[in-house]
Amino acid sequence: MSPASSVLEHIRERFSDHVLETLSFRGDDTVVVKRDALLSFMRFLRDDPEMSFDFLMDVTAVDWLEREPRYEVVYHLYSSGKNRRLRVKTRVPDDDPEVETVTGIWKGANWFEREVWDMYGIRVKGHPDLRRILMYDGFEGHPLRKDYQKDLRHPTVPSLDFPDPEKDVRRVIKATDLMRGSGREEGAQEPEKD
Amino acid sequence: MSEGTENNFPPGEYGLEWMEREGDNVILNLGPTHPATHGVFRIVVELDGETIVNCDNQIGFLHRCFEKESENTTWGQVIPYTDRLNYVSPLMNNVGYVMAVEKLIGIDVPERAEYIRTIICELSRIWDHLLCIGAALVDLGALTNFWYFWRPREDIYDLVEELTGARLTTCYTRIGGLMADLTDGWIRKARHVIRETIPNAIRDVDRLVTKNRIFMDRTIGIGPISAEDAIAWGFTGPCLRAAGVPYDLRKDQPYLVYDRFDFDIPITDNGDTYDRYLIRMEEMWQSLRILEQAFDQIPGGPINVENWDVILPPKDEVYENIEALMAHFKIIMEGIKVPPGEVYHATEAANGELGFYIISSGEGTPYKIKVRPPCFAIFSAMPEMVRGHMVADLIAVMSSLNIIAGELER
Amino acid sequence: MAKNDSSDGLGSPILLTRFEKVLSWARKYSLWPLPFGTACCAIEFMAVVGTHYDISRYGWEVVRFSPRQADLLIVAGTVNYKIAPALKTIYEQMLEPKWVIAMGACATCGGFYNNYSVVQGVDRFIPVDVYVPGCPPKPESLIDGMMMIKEMIEKGEPRARESWEEKWKERYEK
Repeated sequence: MSPASSVLEHIRERFSDHVLETLSFRGDDTVVVKRDALLSFMRFLRDDPEMSFDFLMDVTAVDWLEREPRYEVVYHLYSSGKNRRLRVKTRVPDDDPEVETVTGIWKGANWFEREVWDMYGIRVKGHPDLRRILMYDGFEGHPLRKDYQKDLRHPTVPSLDFPDPEKDVRRVIKATDLMRGSGREEGAQEPEKD
Repeated sequence: MSEGTENNFPPGEYGLEWMEREGDNVILNLGPTHPATHGVFRIVVELDGETIVNCDNQIGFLHRCFEKESENTTWGQVIPYTDRLNYVSPLMNNVGYVMAVEKLIGIDVPERAEYIRTIICELSRIWDHLLCIGAALVDLGALTNFWYFWRPREDIYDLVEELTGARLTTCYTRIGGLMADLTDGWIRKARHVIRETIPNAIRDVDRLVTKNRIFMDRTIGIGPISAEDAIAWGFTGPCLRAAGVPYDLRKDQPYLVYDRFDFDIPITDNGDTYDRYLIRMEEMWQSLRILEQAFDQIPGGPINVENWDVILPPKDEVYENIEALMAHFKIIMEGIKVPPGEVYHATEAANGELGFYIISSGEGTPYKIKVRPPCFAIFSAMPEMVRGHMVADLIAVMSSLNIIAGELER
Repeated sequence: MAKNDSSDGLGSPILLTRFEKVLSWARKYSLWPLPFGTACCAIEFMAVVGTHYDISRYGWEVVRFSPRQADLLIVAGTVNYKIAPALKTIYEQMLEPKWVIAMGACATCGGFYNNYSVVQGVDRFIPVDVYVPGCPPKPESLIDGMMMIKEMIEKGEPRARESWEEKWKERYEK
C-alpha cells in the first residue's frame, strides 16, 4: 500500500460521514468534505500525529458555473514531517457563499482567504480582517467569477475616455481609512471578535 | 491650516484628511511609490515616536489579472504571462508552469531538456539573489554592492539573450520541451561566467559587507521570526530556511534532475535579516556547484518530446508530411488538448515554493490556473516581524524578504 | 551662436547666443528622471542606470524619487486602476517644465493585458511625450527614447502637455 493512499484510507476511516469523495490523480490526493465539518477536519489534519499537515500552502476557489453547488474552496496542505501533500476541497453554493476561516489553525490563511473573498465573493466567517486585497476599496464585483466580463473598465481617475468624475470615477482611496480596517465596503460583515 | 493663506494642495482633492487624533500615535504612509526598488505596495505604519506599533501592508497595485487572462488564452499562450510573474528570474516561472501542465498531461520530457531546465533554473536563482541582495544593500545605504552585483547580472543577461532571444521576458520553455537547444559555445561561455564573474562579485561583496560592523548592527536581531511561526504563516524558501526549518523542494521532493547533484542546503537559526542575507549568499555558491555538475553531466539528444499532440512538429516535417501539417494547425488554432483533471505542482523558486494549481476541462484553454506565489505568505507575516522595531528597520526587513510585486499580485 | 568678431586678432572669449539655447543646453544635460517603476520595465531601467548602459554620460544619473525634484517622469511598467490616482498625483506634483516617457508596452497601451484592472495606456490621463515600445524595451531603446527628449529640448519643441487635451478630446468625442 503506497503511503499516499494510506492517507486517504485513514481519513475515510475517521471522517466517513463527512467525506464526500476521495480521489488520487497523477500523484495528487484530494479529499472533498462537507462544509460544516471543515474546521474540525482541518484541525484533525494538523494535529493528528499520522497526518501532521503543518503547512497550509494555498487557499483558492474555483467557480464551476454550471454545477450546483457552484463554488469549490480548495486548500493545499503539506506535511513536512511525512513529506506528503493533500488537497482538501469543500463545496459552497451560490445562494449562501460562505465558508469558515482556518486562520485559527494556520495563520498564513489570512491573506489567501482575503483573496478568495475579493476574487470570488465567498465570505469567510470569522476572519479577523476581511477586506479586499488585490482590487481597490470600492471596487464592485468579484472578478474571477466566470460570469464577470474580463475587460470591464473601472476608472479611478478622470481620464479622457471617462471624463466625468462624479459619474464614472470610483472612490479614491482615503489615507485615513487605511488603518484598522476602516476601508471596508458597505455590506461587509463585521468580523466576530472572539 | 491658517486662514488667509492659499493652499495649492488641498487635501480633500487627493482623498486625504487632516489628521486630528487624540492619541500620540502617528500614522506614516510609505506610499505605493517609494524609493526602494521593490515594486509597488503601500505600508501604513502606526508609530509611537519611532517605534512601530502596528503596520498594515496593502498590495494590489500591480494586479494584472494573470488568472483571468489565462482563462482566455491557449495553454501555450500562457507562457509569456508567466514570465511577468517573478520578473527578476523569469525562466523559473516558465519551467514551473510547463512542468505542471506536463504533469497533468502525463508526459516526460527527454533528459537533455531536463538538464537544460535545471541549468536555467539555477542561473535564474543566482540572478534573483544577486538583485535581492543588491537592492537590500542599497536600502541600507551600501550602493557600491549593487554595481558589483550588476556586472554578473549583465553577463547572465548576455547568456540568456543568446539562448532565448530576450533579456528579460524569455518565454523559453514549451509544453513538452524547450523552444530551442543550447547554442554552440554557450556552455563554454557559461562556464566562464560561473567560474570568474559571479564568484568574484560574490567575494567582493562578502568582503565588504558580511563582517561589516554597521551592516551587522543594522541587521542582526531585526525582523526575527521563529520556526513555528514561519511554518504557521506558510513561509517557504530562504526566509523559512533562515528560521531553521530545513525544507527545500529540491531535496525533499526532487524534480527535474536535482537528485543527481551533490549540493547542500544552508540553514540558520534566528530568522532575522542577517540570516536571510547569509542564506542567500550561500545559496548562490551552492547553485554554482550545481551548475558545474550540470555542465559536466549534460547528455546529448533531443530536447522535445516526440508527440505532435503536444508540441509543434519540426518545420521540415510540416512542409513535407500531411500529418505534421495537421498537427501544427491544430496546436496553433485550437491549442493543446490537455485531458480534464486538476493538478498542483510546485518547484523551488528563488523565493520559495512556487506552485501552479491547474484545472483543465479538456479544451484548448485552461479552466483555471492559480499561482501560489512564495512572497504572498511571507509578506503577510511582515507586520508581526516588525512590531517593536523602528521605521528604518522596517525598510531593512522589507528588502530582505525579496518581495517581487509581479509575483505577489500576479 | 555667433562669435563676436573683434579685430585685435586675439580671438574672442565671448559667445553671443540666445537665452533659450543656454537654458535648453543646461536642461538637456541634467534631466533628473523619476522612475515610476512598477513592473519588469523597472528592471530594465535599473540596467540603463547601471554601468553597462550608463546614462550618467548624459548627466542623467541623478535619479530622484521625489516629484518635487525631478523633471522627467518615466512610467516603467504596468499601471492599473489602483495606482492610477497615485500616478496622477505624482505627475501633478512635478514642477514645470516636465516631460513624460511611457516606457514599455504596458505604459503605452496596456500591453497584452486587456482586462478589468489595467489602464490601457498611461496617456489616458497623463500627457506623454515619448513612447518607447518593447516588452521590456532593451536598454538601448530606452536610451533612444531619452535622446528624443533631449532633441525636443534642444529644438524647443512644444511638449505633449500643451496639445494633449485638444488632440485626445478630438479622438474620444468622435
